[in-house]
Amino acid sequence: MSHSTENVGAAPRGEAVPRPVLDIADLKITFATDQGDVQAVKDVSFTVAPGEIVAIVGESGSGKTVTAKAILGLLPETAISSGAVVISGNDVITVSTHQLRQIRGRDVAMVFQEPSTALNPVYTVGWQIAEGLRAHRPEGKRVGKREARKLAIEALGKVGIPEPEKRVDYYPHQFSGGQKQRVVIAAALALNPGLIVADEPTTALDVTVQAEILELLRDLRDRYGTSIVLITHNMGVVADLADRVVVMFQGDVVEEATSEALFAAPQRAYTKKLLAAVPHLGRNSASAGFTERAFQDKDVLVRATELEIEYPGRLGSPAFKAVDKVSFTISAGEVFGLVGESGSGKTTIGRAIAGLNRTTGGSLNVLGYEMLNYKERTFRPLRKDIGFVFQDPAASFNPHLSIGECVAEPLIIHTDLSGPAVTRKVEELLESVQLPAAYAKRFPHELSGGQRQRASLARGLALKPKLLIADEPTSALDVSVQAKVLELFREIQAELGFAALFISHDLAVVDILAEWVGVLYKGKMVEQGIGNQVMGNPQDAYTKRLIASLPVPNPAEQAQRRAAHQALLAAR
Amino acid sequence: METKKSLLSRLPVISQLKKSVGLQRGMLVAGIVLTLMFLLTAALAPLIAPYGATQRFDETQAAPSSVHLWGTTAGGYDVFSRTIGGAQTAFMVIVVAVALSIFLGVILGLLSGYLGGWLDRILVVVADAIYAFPTLLLAMVMSIALSQGRSDVWSGIFSAAISITVVFIPQYFRVIRAETIRLKAEPFVESAIVVGASSVRIMARHIYKNATRTLPLIFTLNASEAILTLAGLGFLGFGIEPSTAAEWGYDLNHAQSDATAGIWWTGVFPGVAIVLTVLGLTLLGESMNDLNDPRLRGRKRAAKKARKNAKELVDA
Repeated sequence: MSHSTENVGAAPRGEAVPRPVLDIADLKITFATDQGDVQAVKDVSFTVAPGEIVAIVGESGSGKTVTAKAILGLLPETAISSGAVVISGNDVITVSTHQLRQIRGRDVAMVFQEPSTALNPVYTVGWQIAEGLRAHRPEGKRVGKREARKLAIEALGKVGIPEPEKRVDYYPHQFSGGQKQRVVIAAALALNPGLIVADEPTTALDVTVQAEILELLRDLRDRYGTSIVLITHNMGVVADLADRVVVMFQGDVVEEATSEALFAAPQRAYTKKLLAAVPHLGRNSASAGFTERAFQDKDVLVRATELEIEYPGRLGSPAFKAVDKVSFTISAGEVFGLVGESGSGKTTIGRAIAGLNRTTGGSLNVLGYEMLNYKERTFRPLRKDIGFVFQDPAASFNPHLSIGECVAEPLIIHTDLSGPAVTRKVEELLESVQLPAAYAKRFPHELSGGQRQRASLARGLALKPKLLIADEPTSALDVSVQAKVLELFREIQAELGFAALFISHDLAVVDILAEWVGVLYKGKMVEQGIGNQVMGNPQDAYTKRLIASLPVPNPAEQAQRRAAHQALLAAR
Repeated sequence: METKKSLLSRLPVISQLKKSVGLQRGMLVAGIVLTLMFLLTAALAPLIAPYGATQRFDETQAAPSSVHLWGTTAGGYDVFSRTIGGAQTAFMVIVVAVALSIFLGVILGLLSGYLGGWLDRILVVVADAIYAFPTLLLAMVMSIALSQGRSDVWSGIFSAAISITVVFIPQYFRVIRAETIRLKAEPFVESAIVVGASSVRIMARHIYKNATRTLPLIFTLNASEAILTLAGLGFLGFGIEPSTAAEWGYDLNHAQSDATAGIWWTGVFPGVAIVLTVLGLTLLGESMNDLNDPRLRGRKRAAKKARKNAKELVDA
């Protein structure tokens, strides 16, 4: 077996074409399922040169993750693959299990989506990084305990973990999410592989952390010449990091181009549609041209004053303050956008307004009802005026009831409509969210994600509520579906004129819908104001950082933003 | 909709049979065959058995012959007729015991899991206390308390069934309570709360159906345990009187002294009947459990290898 050394050193880019690190030719993958064979990857071919970052983009079901897994020979038993996946001279599809183990870690390594599950909680991170070293005996001899530790410290240093000598003995739970992802990258780098396959490496992370990890990956390429195959659905990430882009759709490569060319002039219809659907910060803002807050002449539906929400701590530990002295109002007809990273308390506020969480301090007045003295029995009559759209459309429908029965539920509980009248009303509702009335008879699993979320919207609006709470309604959807759902939301809101609390981590999405935006950080409302002013000219230091770290789907613009972001971080 | 499968292929056992391959299919088929044999024997017992289960003959401990196919016992019962009749008794006890324990277990589990609070705490402690008791001892205590020694067919069956019920309620209770607590946090339950549905409506309409999906599996596993408990009770002398109905455990007990005297037929046949019935129900339950979990279910390899697999099965 040839030991590849040519990829290890930094290969100069742009010179006489070197041998590719990865060469995929005519890859086909078929899965056996209960419903018969499914062809997940139809015919995929591309190559990755040393030191190159290639992004595979596509929506769910496009076969991008399956392709990535095939690169490491990680396909499940039920899959059958043909074609060639050549990594430094070895075809991963045909080699023996033993050889495959040799290739993994040494020639190619993987970075997973969810860093908190990719690390084993009962071992120190140093041990986990050294595991690969022990498995491979680089240079033909066993790696001693002390040496493995030294190499692990070195790897942690490479990925920018502070005090690696000390942190090498830490357990995964002692690191933050972003640091955990750095540790996963360090483990991937331990044997200095020529190629890293990163499957959605930043999807589970907050935007500010995402920017750091993207910076780290770019830095690794520049310093060690590591090639990266980046699997992602986020066009901003692609614009930020990738040299070349492979667009996949239903198991086929639709288009392959350099990053600049693809974003500037997409050739194929599918790519054009995909790029057009990506929300772009600062375009299509709901508050364009506003100079003062709208709807202030209307009734105030929700008024929070110094609102506090605590989660009780376990025995001996203090309570956790999820929301800390937050004040805001939502007037009738207004769309209030609440943005923040995970753990900022945005969902807690939304749930408190719907009576799903108890408030513990300050005051939260919802439609004239003080939530501090919440009693389910007295609040229930008000529920008909509050609609709720949940994040995950797949989980928010009872799998045993048909869509029609789910949508009809609020009508049956709160009105005296008879059976046929309910059926008619449900059909009207479904049509108002652009679903065929016949879908009432279908079961939730028979609808796609976007269709389910529309049905969810229909249920939320069944009683013509005064207030709609939408908790990350589009974050589980593909970008082209998201665009349609957002458009629908906007139309219906304009038509019915309900007030809405729109909760999202995605600034660009919030900007499309909300006239007034509040930014939460660690339970505190750090800034609120007119949408385009908060996005365009943030005042608070955190908001500035948040907005600067958001990658935009345009390589040239993103390069400038990146530089500005670096300057902002340096100035801190 | 053309994707909708026929009702028949969606029935529990049949849908699993369709999904299975290889060894798992073998286990399932063996389980189905043994269980069907048991059910048929129970249903047709009066037709199959040449004599009544409580009929006594003058020839005691007679070896198998054309008159008494599997011989007779010391008490003068015909072994073949009693073994066949035992299936009927076992079947009735299972049905009564499992029906009672499912009914109570599911209701208590739903209330306890959904409402929580002090009711939940008390029920969990009681269930744990029952769990901590040796099951057979508990069943004996119940049997003494209920029947006080005397018995006709139905009171015998009911006292055996209720003793078993007491042991099984905590199992159903726990499973349903755990599922209910999990489902309570699901968005579709929260969306029902947000819509303003009452607790009863949420429990009956949203949680009940979702929480009871695993019950057929526990049912088959418990049925085999019920047979063992019934046989245990009979063996220890707390079961059904031999003069009222045939019962395998009692027969096995009375075959003890025969075994040392070389009289094998009085013990072997009821013993084999218990083993086969329990094995059949366990195989059925276990393989349905595995097949229902996509992670445990074996699948055909795609394309060519599938055909090879199918061929092997035909050959076997």
